[in-house]
Amino acid sequence: MKNESLKLLLPLIAVGLCCGADWPQFRGPLTNNVATSDAPPSKVDQESIAWTADLEGRGASGPIIVGDKVFITSTTGFKQDQLHVMCFDVKTGKRLWERQFWATGRTQCHSKMCVATPTPASDGKRIFATFSSNDVVCLDLDGNLLWIRGLSHDFPNASNSLGMASSPVVVGETLIVPVENDDDSFTTGLDVKTGIARWKIKRPRVANWTSPAILKAAGDGETLVLLQSNDGVDAIYPETGETAWKYEEGAGRIPSTTVGDNVLYVPSKGLTALAPGSSSEPPKVLWSEQKLSPSTASPLFYQKRVYTVNRAGVLTCANPENGDVVWRLRLKGPFSATPIAAANHLYLVSEKGLLQVVQLGEEKGELTGEIDLKETILATPAIADNSLFLRSDKHLWKISSK
Amino acid sequence: MKRSRFLLCLMFLFSSLTTLQAYDVKQDIAQIKLVQKEGQGNLAASKAVKQLSQADASALIPILNSFEGANPLAVNWLRGAFETIAANAIKQNKLPVDQLEKFILDKSKNPRARRLAYETLIKVDPKAEDRLIPGMINDPSVTLRRDAVQRLIDEAKSLEKASKKDQAKKVYQQALSGATDDDQVKAIVKPLRTLGQKIDLQKHFGFLSDWMIVGPFDNSDKKGYDTVYAPEEKIDLTSKFEGKEGKVEWKSVNTEDDYGIFDIAKSISPYKGAVMYCTADFYSPEEQSLEIRLGTPNAWKIWVNGKLLFARNEYHRGMVLDQYSVPVTFKPGKNVILLKLCQNEQTESWAQRYQFQLRIARPSGTGVLSQKPESTTQLSP
Repeated sequence: MKNESLKLLLPLIAVGLCCGADWPQFRGPLTNNVATSDAPPSKVDQESIAWTADLEGRGASGPIIVGDKVFITSTTGFKQDQLHVMCFDVKTGKRLWERQFWATGRTQCHSKMCVATPTPASDGKRIFATFSSNDVVCLDLDGNLLWIRGLSHDFPNASNSLGMASSPVVVGETLIVPVENDDDSFTTGLDVKTGIARWKIKRPRVANWTSPAILKAAGDGETLVLLQSNDGVDAIYPETGETAWKYEEGAGRIPSTTVGDNVLYVPSKGLTALAPGSSSEPPKVLWSEQKLSPSTASPLFYQKRVYTVNRAGVLTCANPENGDVVWRLRLKGPFSATPIAAANHLYLVSEKGLLQVVQLGEEKGELTGEIDLKETILATPAIADNSLFLRSDKHLWKISSK
Repeated sequence: MKRSRFLLCLMFLFSSLTTLQAYDVKQDIAQIKLVQKEGQGNLAASKAVKQLSQADASALIPILNSFEGANPLAVNWLRGAFETIAANAIKQNKLPVDQLEKFILDKSKNPRARRLAYETLIKVDPKAEDRLIPGMINDPSVTLRRDAVQRLIDEAKSLEKASKKDQAKKVYQQALSGATDDDQVKAIVKPLRTLGQKIDLQKHFGFLSDWMIVGPFDNSDKKGYDTVYAPEEKIDLTSKFEGKEGKVEWKSVNTEDDYGIFDIAKSISPYKGAVMYCTADFYSPEEQSLEIRLGTPNAWKIWVNGKLLFARNEYHRGMVLDQYSVPVTFKPGKNVILLKLCQNEQTESWAQRYQFQLRIARPSGTGVLSQKPESTTQLSP
């Protein structure tokens, strides 16, 4: 019965996963950092800035794009307890609307973090904005409030004194919100229409800043959501929160698992490539390679290659079949934002605000352009409208071809 | 005759519509205020907020009034509707600015509602800031007061720069009377002390500085967090206990730190895998709802008059002022606070802190002192 029901839901799930050229959540449509149909500029300079919009407060959350609108979050106030959701016009950068709410959970964060660190998500009709205070706000695309939840208000020990950073993902009718911390640690699946929990599962009691990844079904298989923690990776059914299979060899708590060609690249023992498991079979470890250990930025799989950026700012390109290094390129780091890819290029923005574009080749990567935005940027950029969208605390930029 | 009948019908219709809208607004607000934890009431509230958001500007003041008695979740729902209506009213140039200003100036109204009204008003009337904020220095709204304090800090700095030290001192003193946010307090206290003013920051913030403490008890493998040691069962300051390292007994300790930090590791011993119990009394002249505000990098439990208020099993993720705010209702007279503080066995340099700071404050952040006149805190005889 369950499988039958899920088969009926597959078209809906497909709709949830494929929002055309939108960038509807952290790390893009498939949470793999890749834009499939957009081509941002391959050579960039200061003249590539199509528009700049002013922002208030603080935010390390990335922009998301749905249709002709860009959505972004930030927080203001001495205690950073005023939560903002803002909407801008993709073409002009004009602010279309802004809504504010008050945090109902704790807002304490490490000085490098901030309350608006999780990137919002969208199912194409609704915007789901989450914050370190574990407040979850659901608005329609015009800024009308649909529902709001206060997960730390409901579960007061669900918090982290360094701040919560995990971004939610939406699959079909379920918004998956990780609230993983040292005390009351859980992940919950909220009904997108009401905000009421469809399920809530206990998670390892240790602070965790990773974000879920989507393992899209091959053929008629079921789409799974990957929850990474100190213990490893749990693949869960988004409708029920039930576990499909587990990888139990431990994993990092900052960079997140990414998926490419039905292989998981897990920040574990450096980097571990994993073939998905099933309810009867555990996942199979294909290889592990310490040299590919990612720092804060998540790994990237693109055009049959896997990429990581280390603490020193070195971009490493590796063979996804065995983890062997193919080429390395020293960039100007450090990086908090995850690299993103489109049209045979990687786009990396350093913490100091230097956007670097790398053209990919078989034997080497080549830096083809850079723009110094001169502001601290921790957020992963977005790609849509053949452009890049980046944000600092102060500004949102659109970078396009001239 | 026919014409007057027509007009009468029209008036009746208009009056009915107005009544209907007023009724709907009231009903929608009431529905939204039923929202509870874990999404209870969300379905009905979603419908209500959608309907309410379409109301005209006449719904703005009723929504602000409804903040009173609404839980923090409902307040956010109400704010969502308010902002949508206000945005439309601004576009149509129909924002009821006079009513908003009257609402802001009425200190009996909900502080958050007043702040929201203020932020909405200054979108169309930026000059309202100069008109309203200077009178907010002792306002019940934390954020309106903060803005008023900031104006005084800026004024005092200018006076200081102009070498008008006595005037600067007076303005800084006035600013301190309203300051509760630590960044502002620091910005005031440093120049005031330079100008020769003595300031008791412990008193300003309401820190408890005198404690009785006993321990260590065993917290190897973090097992002490859930172990009920004798002080949890009964506080008898004359008792002796079998501790982790032999017999232990209550001893009096205090701190002179500006921010009430009592450092167990430095002042007593850098215990590892340890539980310490700390107790202090707080005298209240009447029953009052306040907050215990605690900062600690260690795991903790807290009881007031024998009742467990909150517990947090987290180690070494930082310590800041007001890290945790725990609501508490104090009874008239003596109230006994018991804090259980657990240190783990981690060996990293950043995991060696064993300390806490605890103050009593109003929800607005203003420190509240124990009312026994001899000192800020008095221990039981």
